Amino acid sequence: MITALLLFWPALAALLVLLIKGQGAKKVAFIATLVEFAIALFATVNFVPDATTQFALDMPWVERAGIGFSIGMDGISLLMVLLTTFLMPLIVLSSFKHDYKDPHVFYALVLFMQTGLIGVFVAMDAFLFYFFWEVALIPIYFIAAIWGGARRIPVTFKFFVYTIFGSLFMLAAFVYLYFQTAGTGIAAHSSNVNAFYQLTLDSATQSWIFWFLFLAFAIKMPVFPFHTWQPDTYTESPTQATMLLAGIMLKMGIYGVLRWLLPVVPMGVSQWADTVLVLSIIGIVYASIIAIRQQDLKRLIAYSSIAHVGLIAAGIFALNEQGLQGGVLQMLSHGINVVGLFFIIDIIFRRTNTREIASLGGITQTTPVLSIIFLILLMGSIALPLTNGFIGEFLLLSGVFQHNFYFGAFAGTTIILGSVYMLRMFQGVMFGTKSEATEGFADLNFNEKAVLIPLVIMVFWIGLFPNTFLSISEPAVGQLLSIINR
Amino acid sequence: MISIILLSGFGIINLFVGFLKSKRILLPLSLLFLAIVFGVNLLDWNDTQSYFNNMLTIDNYAVAFTGIMVLSTLLILPFTQHFITRNDENLGEYYALLLFSLVGAVMMVSYENLLMLFVGLEILSIAMYVMAGSDKSSLRSAEAGLKYFLMGSFFTGVLLFGMVMIYGATGTFNITEISATQAIGADGVTNTMFVLGLLLIVIGISFKISAAPFHFWTPDVYEGTPTVWTAYMSTVVKTAGVAAFFKLMYAAFAASYASWMPTLVAITVLTLVIGNIGAVVQQNMKRMLAYSSISHAGYMLMALIAFNEYSESSILFYSFAYSTASIAAFGVLQLVVKQRGSETFEAFNGLGKTNPLLALAVTVSMLSLGGIPLTAGFFGKFFVFASLIENPDMMWLIVVAVVLAAVGIYYYFKVVIAMYMHPAGDHAPIQVSGFINAMLIIITALTILLGIAPALLSDIL
Repeated sequence: MITALLLFWPALAALLVLLIKGQGAKKVAFIATLVEFAIALFATVNFVPDATTQFALDMPWVERAGIGFSIGMDGISLLMVLLTTFLMPLIVLSSFKHDYKDPHVFYALVLFMQTGLIGVFVAMDAFLFYFFWEVALIPIYFIAAIWGGARRIPVTFKFFVYTIFGSLFMLAAFVYLYFQTAGTGIAAHSSNVNAFYQLTLDSATQSWIFWFLFLAFAIKMPVFPFHTWQPDTYTESPTQATMLLAGIMLKMGIYGVLRWLLPVVPMGVSQWADTVLVLSIIGIVYASIIAIRQQDLKRLIAYSSIAHVGLIAAGIFALNEQGLQGGVLQMLSHGINVVGLFFIIDIIFRRTNTREIASLGGITQTTPVLSIIFLILLMGSIALPLTNGFIGEFLLLSGVFQHNFYFGAFAGTTIILGSVYMLRMFQGVMFGTKSEATEGFADLNFNEKAVLIPLVIMVFWIGLFPNTFLSISEPAVGQLLSIINR
Repeated sequence: MISIILLSGFGIINLFVGFLKSKRILLPLSLLFLAIVFGVNLLDWNDTQSYFNNMLTIDNYAVAFTGIMVLSTLLILPFTQHFITRNDENLGEYYALLLFSLVGAVMMVSYENLLMLFVGLEILSIAMYVMAGSDKSSLRSAEAGLKYFLMGSFFTGVLLFGMVMIYGATGTFNITEISATQAIGADGVTNTMFVLGLLLIVIGISFKISAAPFHFWTPDVYEGTPTVWTAYMSTVVKTAGVAAFFKLMYAAFAASYASWMPTLVAITVLTLVIGNIGAVVQQNMKRMLAYSSISHAGYMLMALIAFNEYSESSILFYSFAYSTASIAAFGVLQLVVKQRGSETFEAFNGLGKTNPLLALAVTVSMLSLGGIPLTAGFFGKFFVFASLIENPDMMWLIVVAVVLAAVGIYYYFKVVIAMYMHPAGDHAPIQVSGFINAMLIIITALTILLGIAPALLSDIL
């Protein structure tokens, strides 16, 4: 029941918000997301850390086709739900100083998207998963395309068609798998996740199914060379949409790999794992080098996001416990860091009207609080010990090293290259002499602190006590590995 | 059965009401008539009966399709408000023709004899020829009417020719008996007259449902026909056509499956490709919808190709999902054209700002036509693909259809982008009556309801 509540509460709140005209909508949306977070915390407290699917709800949905409305959470789902529900109130809060036109529609779409996101993370039925996968896409498309920057229309359209194209392949693969499940006649088949896990397909079939599914997930993450939609979309979207995309939505792709790719076609995965690793590592190096050359702050973080996701993908496809656990933890860390960084860029942009590194500088002189918080988030992002990024990247890299030394060596460049572009950015924006734009730059106000301080707390929490989270996902990851190695 | 009699009777009443001074009563009266027919039709549920010496059979298949066609007509009718203000002399005739054409449509889903199929098709078509040319002040409408009539008569001839050949080969018009003659000997497959007749029938019906390569009339006729009748043409007429097609193939020609299936597969692929690719290049909303209606005929034919026990409910669900979405799209298009005088995508600019409700209705209908989850269209496509996938030789067709469905997203979103992302310019908000607003809300709600709980419709057959 808790899962259903988590799933439907945001949708309900979205309908409510739609009715509120004017800027009151954002307050209602904020309260709604806080309530959602409270429900998620309640679920976490009642969660028993073992490998089972908990808070499960299983109802017939399309009986004729044997499709169930099956939702539930294991450790991995729970962490993703926690991340989503934790970030959502902050994302809404971060928009309080923006006066978007038609706020009731804006916040209704944000809340509606939350239902889609939660749905993706708790769906235990392939078609339900696909359903929510698309449900999450539609609101974010509209948010980005209506409230975005000047080039928003072609850019978001590319994003939309690109992702739909990928997910149609996923749907085709699901339909095929569904017909491979035991039984004759449509009603006897099942699209439940466990039925998929029990499939024994020959390796040629697994091989093409792997690519059908991987295409959808790789576009969403995005993994090189499917990333071309990402920098433009992140740059042109309004900040809140960028946060949703980078903080939560790309996790859908990684989560999809964990839930619907690795255990379903393990032979296909082992055939192609090295290919994916190579792609991911190319992505890491390639995106990092491009990030070093960027002048626009938002684009820089967008490319850094490709690099970080590349490392997560590499760790996961190393197919060992360190890699997978690191991947799960790094999803949390990346979500927290990237939302914080995008918000800081938004703060800078609103005060100076520019995102060009060259025209900024000297901000530290008047802003002690902002400088410290920016630095902490930055350190988290480049994986300094004591911060969240360190734990995740350490686990990921040790996973990749275990799999193959040379892959590990190349993937490890992410830390060096990451420091280069991040510190170069920090130096250009925060240090040096004041420019025309940064003259009279005010420090954080209450609202901005309220967004950033919880993020900073989480940076240290995960950095110092990663076991709080690792212990939740450990049994589920263990079970995942046992299915893969079966 | 009573529904056919009632529809005919109500049609005649409408004709006489047309002589009255106050023609405003026609619309509410017709709505009432259709509501009665809808209710009465349901009485025949689970009560299979044959009528007129086995000419018609009212079974659940007939009742279900009659139900969705009557319901679609009910949803289209409010948009005829437009005609009332025009104070047309012949207003009663349109409402009468509409009900008469429904009689034809009902016969097309309940026939037991090829003659009844022919008569039903003619009743439906002749009414449609008149409707296509009903805007007498417009040259385009006259052209559409003439074009539709000439082409339609020609293909009706082809269809009739085919039926006669089947009669020559089997000695009967009764579809069950035709099926039986094939079962006795493998004669049906080798008999040239039989095969030729079958081919001509397939061509004749393909024309009616605008399947390629017999689709060429569709864009022109759709464009010229007054929009509200275009909506009727692309929903009820198509539903009746596909339902009749499936019934014919399933009940009469199942045994010679192998001889007509390759033809049908070719028609389907062509229809999907031409419909989707043709729609991409359109700048005119109405022409885009015309091509999209061709492509949807292709998706419905996929369920026919599947040819198993799931086909009929797939077709039923798909037809209704497609109908509700099309009605909303054509309905709003009519309002936009009336106010802004253009059918291009630009005419929809800023509609999201000036008329949020209209924009929402179009958006949901476009999502549904594109087959995106949360709308009925998604499950329509899903059921069609799922029924086809039982047949492993047809995997390639599903892949083709999936890729073309992605193409579909591209052109359906053109209008969505125009509505929400382009400024309205000097367009004023469109005046919409409360009744039409309510209707649009109902249609949109239906589309979403079936997108969340498809079992409401998919499990009844």
